[in-house]
Amino acid sequence: MGLSRRNFLKAAAGGGLLAASQLSPVPVWAREPKTRLPEALGILYDATLCIGCKACMTACKEFNSLPPDPSSPEGLWDDPLDLSAKTYNIVKLYRSGTGQTKDREEDGYSFIRRFCMHCVDPACTSACPVNALSKDPVTGIVRYNKDLCIGCRYCQIACPFNVPKFEWDTPFPQIKKCQLCDHRLVRGSYPACCEFCPNGASVFGDVQSLRKEAKRRLGLPAGSQATFPVHRIDTGEYRYATVGHYFPRVYGEVDGGGTQVLIMAGVPFNRLGLPDLPPESTASHSETLMHTLYKGMIGPYVLLAGLFYLVYKNTSKKDLP
Amino acid sequence: MLNESQPLGGKILTKPFLVLAAVALVGGVLIVYRYVFGLGAVTNLSDGYPWGIWITYDVLVGTALGCGGYAMALLIYAFNKWEYHPLVRSAILTSVFGYTLAGVAVFLDIGRYWNGYNLFLPWRVNFNSVLVEVALCIAAYVVVLWLELAPALLEGRPDPKAQRTRQHLKRWLPIIVSLGILLPTMHQSSLGALMIIAGPKLSPLWQTPLLPMLFLITAIAMGYAVTVFESLLSSLAFNRPYETPLLARISTIMVGFVGIYLVIRFADLIWRGQTGLIFTDSTASLMFIIENLLFLQAVIILARPANRSDNRWLFISAILLLLGGAVYRFNAFLVGYTPAVGWRYFPALPEILITLGIVALELLGYLYFVKRYPILPKAEHA
Repeated sequence: MGLSRRNFLKAAAGGGLLAASQLSPVPVWAREPKTRLPEALGILYDATLCIGCKACMTACKEFNSLPPDPSSPEGLWDDPLDLSAKTYNIVKLYRSGTGQTKDREEDGYSFIRRFCMHCVDPACTSACPVNALSKDPVTGIVRYNKDLCIGCRYCQIACPFNVPKFEWDTPFPQIKKCQLCDHRLVRGSYPACCEFCPNGASVFGDVQSLRKEAKRRLGLPAGSQATFPVHRIDTGEYRYATVGHYFPRVYGEVDGGGTQVLIMAGVPFNRLGLPDLPPESTASHSETLMHTLYKGMIGPYVLLAGLFYLVYKNTSKKDLP
Repeated sequence: MLNESQPLGGKILTKPFLVLAAVALVGGVLIVYRYVFGLGAVTNLSDGYPWGIWITYDVLVGTALGCGGYAMALLIYAFNKWEYHPLVRSAILTSVFGYTLAGVAVFLDIGRYWNGYNLFLPWRVNFNSVLVEVALCIAAYVVVLWLELAPALLEGRPDPKAQRTRQHLKRWLPIIVSLGILLPTMHQSSLGALMIIAGPKLSPLWQTPLLPMLFLITAIAMGYAVTVFESLLSSLAFNRPYETPLLARISTIMVGFVGIYLVIRFADLIWRGQTGLIFTDSTASLMFIIENLLFLQAVIILARPANRSDNRWLFISAILLLLGGAVYRFNAFLVGYTPAVGWRYFPALPEILITLGIVALELLGYLYFVKRYPILPKAEHA
């Protein structure tokens, strides 16, 4: 089965086409990372102000009509251990050693609230095949539309925070997650968790103001008295509190391409269960790759034309059975 | 070449056929249960591991095992190697069932299947989603595969209409075959690209921008391996002469692909500086080593030319390769995937039985078609 020169060239051309479809050394169609929307809405959660009262959890359940989610065998209490299709928002506890001092990494403890981060460049909306998850072009809220969703759960694979949850025990399941109380926003209200937070640990507002506020807090001397806005950033309502020892960074500023929910704490974020994410979003990686291979379907068409040429030549020479 | 293939004939309702039918029936009953009570009732899937064996085995491994038709078409039609043509029909038949039932498995897996049609409405689809590429491409390829198989099914039918259709298909063959090579190239690589968006949730042993290329190369290698495996097995089972000389040459090509794969795989690990993760005390390490030893063992066996002409070694190396490719897929989607601490996944019994039911259905279809239609090469002196 010696290769003639002619056949070799043809084979090489075919192989080259296949390889070209796979190997593009430069991401020609690099997908630019998405930037923050100017009117984006979000929440600033400050673990140093959080007292772990879980009022936000109760309010979230009530205003999103969510059922109790008991974890104990008796099932008496609404005490979920993690986010689920019945729990969009949870307060967790970090504890180390003797667990005596609040907001300290060693021998200390910290509360941490987890809910949808409303990413600047969400992986879930990039992954969703049918746009059932979408980012609002103005507010940046990541919303779910059950009428489009096919239930493939690729959003769950994609989300770096494991936020979207699936209803496993029903024949007609949905994906469930925090939508920043957008049903309340349309009525001029704001997220229930922020309305019912008694301590100003969760503050609702436009992300620009929230980022400014976060930066201000990082600049305050630890142990001093300072004012802290409560409920929402734009009302001017505030309380006095002692400034905590902040871990010198705001989570969500750049992490995973940035998030509209910003988190401050006294303990390093990875100890609180927040993932260490590179500043580029996984969505931009994935889309750069796909756009490089498939932009305008040019690659596939060229490959198809090449294949057709080869197959046509080869079949016309040979009689088919 | 006109009568290159012929139906095997013989009884359909043999003992193995009935056993397989029983397995398929059990799967069928459990599928009804799944639709009545939801996915949680039959699977161990969770919010941490939302994809289990139905995706990993039925779709990823199932379609890779269905790459025989693709790998052979590449060889015969693109590289003009017509001596392999006797093997193409049975390879395509295996592909038809592998892919068709992977499509069925997807509809078992998706929770809101009644919305599934949204995938086919261009104004609803998100073209940034890797899953869209995979879904549309696989759906299109299932159609192409049936068109590729159709001439074999129409052959020998007395009615003139069937023969006219066959002539039509023959005229369209170059474009059908070209699509039959293009589409698997696209979706087999995209199946790997699915995990890129999982980012740091997938261990660096598997998370690489080369995922699509690695998935594609292993899919092609598995396509040749499954052709060798299937040819040897049907020769044995139906008492037919072996195609050893052809299989020996296919295995040479196959080992070439695996060799290239292993070089890229390890060069990538070294380039990304992740070789240190190979030897750690973890399941991921163990599974990585098993995955690559399977590939390596196949290469070592086939490196000896004498082994390539020995049916037994051909069979063993094909199995090693298929297992290697399967373990690679399980590793890249389940073993190496850690959503957060505390999540575990092992398939539930009904979940496994449903997958076995689907496999049984594939085998039933294969048995029926090779007996009734001219699929297998004509036995010269049987």
